[in-house]
Amino acid sequence: MPHRSLPSVRGMGAATIDAVLRLGYAARFIGLTIAHSGTSLARPRLVVRELYFTGVLSLIIILVSGLFVGMVLGLQGYQTLTTYGSESALGVLVALSLVRELGPVVSALLFASRAGSAMTAEIGLMKATEQLSAMEMMAVDPVARVVAPRFWAGVISMPLLAAMFSAMGIFGGYIVGVVLIGVDEGSFWSQMQSAVDVREDVLNGVIKSFVFGVAVTWIALFEGYDAPPTAEGVSGATTRTVVTSSLAILALDFILTSFMFRGV
Amino acid sequence: MQRSMLDLWVGLFVVAGIAALVILAFKVGNMSTMGGGDTYEINASFDNIGGLKPRAPIKSAGVVVGRVKSITFNNERFNAKVAMSIEKTYQFPKDTTASILTSGLLGEQYIGLEGGGDDQMLKPGDSVRLTQSAVVLEKLIGQFLFSKAAEGGDPAKK
Repeated sequence: MPHRSLPSVRGMGAATIDAVLRLGYAARFIGLTIAHSGTSLARPRLVVRELYFTGVLSLIIILVSGLFVGMVLGLQGYQTLTTYGSESALGVLVALSLVRELGPVVSALLFASRAGSAMTAEIGLMKATEQLSAMEMMAVDPVARVVAPRFWAGVISMPLLAAMFSAMGIFGGYIVGVVLIGVDEGSFWSQMQSAVDVREDVLNGVIKSFVFGVAVTWIALFEGYDAPPTAEGVSGATTRTVVTSSLAILALDFILTSFMFRGV
Repeated sequence: MQRSMLDLWVGLFVVAGIAALVILAFKVGNMSTMGGGDTYEINASFDNIGGLKPRAPIKSAGVVVGRVKSITFNNERFNAKVAMSIEKTYQFPKDTTASILTSGLLGEQYIGLEGGGDDQMLKPGDSVRLTQSAVVLEKLIGQFLFSKAAEGGDPAKK
């Protein structure tokens, strides 16, 4: 007679194998997406259309949150820095924290919940209503026609959104720090300019947001493509997109940061 | 949404994104001190560099003229060798003094260059002869305490 705990052990094993299987399928999926990107290059209108949905429609939330994050940084930074009498370094604090960390990470989290979930739901529903199968029937490759344009739109728009988030946040920090509190404007900008390096800080931030863009779009598209074709399946896939991509962003951020800013 | 309107919005989006990147590069970061090919390298040996770090600024009369390139330990003379990248547009005489200074009381450390009166200029790869090490606060306090104790503890003077 088998032991009572056997089914749960068996379940664990099955879940592990399932996870590895899904990972392999996901890897094959992104390979397929990149291999079928020729259509997107030949018909850039497809990408432009998706850029509108992923990029332009995410603008409002990105700009507004960037402004508020920057304003909070300005307030909090001023409170702490004024204890050491170095409130002139407020510009450095706001700019470095935005350009290095908060810009790429927060905008990627917002992007995952705003655009990633929409992508998953759209593709999941296309699958559930058998639009993808219909395309295959018409000899149109759904990966080339539906998935690849969305992938490239996400990868292109993510760094742009992160840059706008950072710029807006620095503007917010400027409003709170210089306009409202009255930190000296000259030292705010000049200290910022002498501390922020274009290659070390700005370029690394862009690389980060590019990596996050690939990760979020990949996860979102894969979850949609792999979703069970039911209402429940699509809703579950949407939730998984947001959870998995948020975790992936934070974990990748740690890895990238440890490579990029290991201290001079 | 019409096709042309959609294109317009996407175009605006891309332009705004690139504009944000340009702002980050020029207004927030300092594009001019990126350290390209327009610098030359000079060396200086210090007995103690304190908390000096690579990429720390090198200032002359308060103006940033370069960056610290690398700091290595010289195992023959037991001192620190600091390589400095100076912008090509700035030339310094041979008898320039390099000292490690602190901006503010608790600020970052930087190298201050003070030009001398020599006609000859420092060439790439040259070394600055006259150097002044970083002020170590503990030593300073120790000296102060020692001199205080010497003053108060000498009954013959009273």
